[in-house]
Amino acid sequence: MKIPLIYNLRSVMQRPTSTAFTAIGIGLVVAVFIGMLALANGFRAALTRTGSDRNALVLRRGADSELSSGLDREAVSILAASPHVAPGPDGRPLFSAESYLLIPLSRRGADTNAVANVVVRGVAAAAWQVRQNLVITEGQAPVPGRNEVCVGRTMALKFPNTDVGQALRFGGRDWAVVCHFTADGSSFESEVWGDAEQFQPVFRREGFSSASFRLADPAAFEEAKRVLEADQRLQVDVYREAAFYAEQSEVLGRILEILAFLITSIMAVGAIFGAVNTMYAAVAARAPEIAVLLTLGFHPRSVLLSFLVESALIALVGGVLGILLVLPVNGVVTSTTNWASFSEIAFSFRITPALLLSGVVFAAVMGTLGGFFPAWRAARRPVVQALR
Amino acid sequence: MKYLHLVLANLGRHKRRTLLTIASVALALFLFASLRTVVTTLAAAAQFGSARRLVSTNATGIVFPLPLSYANKLQATPGVEAVSWANWFGGRYGDNKRFFAQFAVDPASYLEMYPEISLPEDQKQAFIRERSSAIIGRRLVDIFGWKLGQDVTIQGTIYPGDWTFTIRGIYTPTDAVINDDMMLFQHEYLEERTGRPGQAGWYVLRIDDGDQSASIAKGIDDQFRNSNAATKTGTEQAFNASFATMWGNVSLLMGTIGMAVVFAILLVTANAMMMSARERTREVAVLKTIGFTDRTLFGLVMVEAGLIAGIGAVLGLGGAKLLYKSTNFNAGGFLPGFDVTTSTLLIGAGVTLLLMLASGLVPAVRAARLPVVQALRRVE
Repeated sequence: MKIPLIYNLRSVMQRPTSTAFTAIGIGLVVAVFIGMLALANGFRAALTRTGSDRNALVLRRGADSELSSGLDREAVSILAASPHVAPGPDGRPLFSAESYLLIPLSRRGADTNAVANVVVRGVAAAAWQVRQNLVITEGQAPVPGRNEVCVGRTMALKFPNTDVGQALRFGGRDWAVVCHFTADGSSFESEVWGDAEQFQPVFRREGFSSASFRLADPAAFEEAKRVLEADQRLQVDVYREAAFYAEQSEVLGRILEILAFLITSIMAVGAIFGAVNTMYAAVAARAPEIAVLLTLGFHPRSVLLSFLVESALIALVGGVLGILLVLPVNGVVTSTTNWASFSEIAFSFRITPALLLSGVVFAAVMGTLGGFFPAWRAARRPVVQALR
Repeated sequence: MKYLHLVLANLGRHKRRTLLTIASVALALFLFASLRTVVTTLAAAAQFGSARRLVSTNATGIVFPLPLSYANKLQATPGVEAVSWANWFGGRYGDNKRFFAQFAVDPASYLEMYPEISLPEDQKQAFIRERSSAIIGRRLVDIFGWKLGQDVTIQGTIYPGDWTFTIRGIYTPTDAVINDDMMLFQHEYLEERTGRPGQAGWYVLRIDDGDQSASIAKGIDDQFRNSNAATKTGTEQAFNASFATMWGNVSLLMGTIGMAVVFAILLVTANAMMMSARERTREVAVLKTIGFTDRTLFGLVMVEAGLIAGIGAVLGLGGAKLLYKSTNFNAGGFLPGFDVTTSTLLIGAGVTLLLMLASGLVPAVRAARLPVVQALRRVE
């Protein structure tokens, strides 16, 4: 026969303070657990959402980032004429030769020492069609040939002088901010885009950093890669755009995940110890009660189950508490330097339903583990000894 | 302390519970020490820098070079004692599982500029003499097992191709903030192979008077303001600090998590300690009956709480200190000089004291105030 749940509810109510303490403790663990994973999640999302499977990215052979890459004009014109480049609606190739530059900018409201290296991407006019999911939210796209730039959404949040109509100063010159854009939460949103031809004389760069183009046939990527990489005039590596940006996030994404697991697992062990202790104490205090239950004819298995349920219940309350604690950070934008590309990247905490669920499961596991040994002990108590 | 055996007996009554409590205190403080050390290490890196060293970079941005012809002009600037320069190489070794930094430097002036990079005189001379030689940090020896005289091939990402260097020296930094996993090679070798002579990534200058750094820096920047590449000159400390700020909110994040961890585990632990004290109501009453004073009982409970917190603290804080010291941890080169500082240990000790008070005070007061008759009546 099962012990009714109301028994556990009532006994939990008997000890409101200690139950609350345990639940809050577990809640904090769950909050940190979800928060850390949400951070890693947001970072991954920022970089894995960057780029499309339908696009190819071309870098100089051996270069491992857009920053270290360089393509001369000859290579760019050979690439643009390749039959693997899809034509746009106007018949011109969907091909963008780009300059990837880093400029130091002071963050909004920070002292002058706190600079961040911001990506300035010089693009061709076609870039706005080539790169996917770009939406201009405010203003008009820069006109080629003018000193105009378009600023990514998260970049605009974090740096001064980035509103439409303002002038942003870098490279020793003022640039008119003519629009803001979003890119589905990708790292492009941390960048400033302008006309590549305008940037080159200012930054004294001959040629470009990289090139991005729409594949004429996305399924024929391997073929395009083989042909272009074999071309002796080019000396390039060809990547699928999405895969390339995902790889750029590998190191930092992995560090964040490892950190999340390390910190939360140590915390979890501490919390489980705490839960075990609380339950042990609860069991010890209720020895006569348990004996009565056993005398009444409840099977030891039911007693075990009952205590497990009670412990899991406290943990679940903690889990829900943790979720409530962590929910407000959802969407909060933070930033760090992605050392793989040496550039500032802004990303937000992304709490997904799956993360919330894993938080609750985590709490339940902590509670069950924490309750098992004390419950086991409670169930196996000799009646006589407990009653005495 | 004639009651020590009584305290110990109390601790030993529920051995498992006591051990679990101590372990969770130890874990909390270990985690606290680790997270805070990330913060202090980043702060130390931002603070590092000799007051007499300035760094000149291209005003347009750190990734843009400066002409090598500036070296003579900088040397001639009043107040400047010595000039050296370096370039970021950005190479990959092997499968690139373990990243490390390579710099192309002007050997003689660079080593003279940074006495913190210490290596034997004969190795130093060999490095200065031989065009394709390199010196490496001690840690790279541990990681890759490289030896003096060995040829090492690095794939350039910025400067394409395979670059082979002969290791002629192994340095040990005298200041922990300096990375012990760098590779330095000759700037001339870089120029020779790329065929693009005359570019320096940045300049390092030593000035004769640290108090004049601001005016000397301004003088330098004014000198190059209207030339091809304007400079941005600042103290070495400001240069390092600008890298540290690139981590963004990492410090804040670590600090916040550290606090949450400590708070969560302390809450649970204090709770467990209070509960175990509550079970002993009858015992306390008995002790009172046989003549223990209120004050003694208060003390006994506090000492017990203090012992649990103290042992946990020694294990957690000491463990963190020893672990990072003995494994020479530096987070894959990202956090050189990772070491639990005295201030972290002191704050940890403060947290321990807080835990002792939080977990011991309520039961101790309760024990001291316990009305004997009522307590004894409640049992049976």
